Amino acid sequence: MKKLLLTAVTTSALTLASLFSVSAQAADYKIDTAGAHAFVQFKIKHLGYSWLLGRFNTFDGGFSYDAASPEKSEIEVVIETASIDSNHAERDKHLKGSDFLDVKKFPKAVFKSTAFEVKDDDNAVVTGTFSLHGVEKTISFPVQKIGEGKDPWGGYRVGFEGKTTLKLADYGITYNLGPASTHVEIELYLEGIRK
Amino acid sequence: MVRNSRSSYGWVSIALHWLMALGIFGIFGLGLYMVELTYYDAWYRGSLDLHKSIGLTLLIVWIIRITWRWINTNPEISGSPIEKKAAHYVHLLLYGVMLALMITGYLISTADGRGIEVFGLFEVPAMSVSFENQEDIAGDIHWLLAWSLILMVALHVMAAIKHHVINKDNTLLKMIRPTTDLK
Repeated sequence: MKKLLLTAVTTSALTLASLFSVSAQAADYKIDTAGAHAFVQFKIKHLGYSWLLGRFNTFDGGFSYDAASPEKSEIEVVIETASIDSNHAERDKHLKGSDFLDVKKFPKAVFKSTAFEVKDDDNAVVTGTFSLHGVEKTISFPVQKIGEGKDPWGGYRVGFEGKTTLKLADYGITYNLGPASTHVEIELYLEGIRK
Repeated sequence: MVRNSRSSYGWVSIALHWLMALGIFGIFGLGLYMVELTYYDAWYRGSLDLHKSIGLTLLIVWIIRITWRWINTNPEISGSPIEKKAAHYVHLLLYGVMLALMITGYLISTADGRGIEVFGLFEVPAMSVSFENQEDIAGDIHWLLAWSLILMVALHVMAAIKHHVINKDNTLLKMIRPTTDLK
């Protein structure tokens, strides 16, 4: 029993140590939602004749990134679904209701990365789990680094963008918006401030 | 005959009462129906425009009705003193719920600063202030009030029928045609 306990303690100490070394290598960034240098936009065809644009105003998250070992990057973004804003109150009310996001039941949409496949210095494909409307799916999409460096106020920032297309029915959203509007494009523009 | 007397309502009050009754049943039914319409229904947009137009028209009628009630005598209410008092407060509550319904409806549609067009004739502007999740909060209250009003109206109708059939008094009749006979 004593031996078992000792093994358990040693194992957890080792795990902690390895975790610590990873986070010590890659810098952690907080997504700059406070200064609104980050955007979660969406885009869906209207009747097949034009685009409807909107965004989620409230979200939070962070990522870890190191230009020397980008494959170790990690990211997590939590979106408050009730913050959807398509610049039309009646439509937003409908989108928040049970026909679409059902925000009372599903207040959060979460993306958490599981892998980064590096393509070149600025490009990678991120894979992770995305949960929306009570459905969790593994998705992959390309991300691109826009730039990084010191900001004029004593901090250090890096920015990324990523785009993916989701099929609404995959997430249990089956309200008929017409054959041209079955998919929604999600665009992430995220600037992080190094912690 | 135009104005109210102590024994019955005049034509103006009677007309306003039944006009609002018609409007309220119509807008309630329309409200229930329009939220079930889907995006490709031809009336998906038109039904909401009509609902908003009727709602704001009812607000105008409501203001005229309250003003008319204010500057007129009201007929005697039948029943015991407690019944009279209850009838009076239920009437006030009906007016209050109607007003709150129209206000919450207005708040849903104007939450983004857009005004409301009334039958394409004129536009009621939005207020310059709004609060967080206005369209959702106002929407929830609007729904609750709508059902409350319809339940109260049901009670109101049953009470009128009870007075007519069981008490055999002129409660219902005095809202149908003006009378001059004093009781």
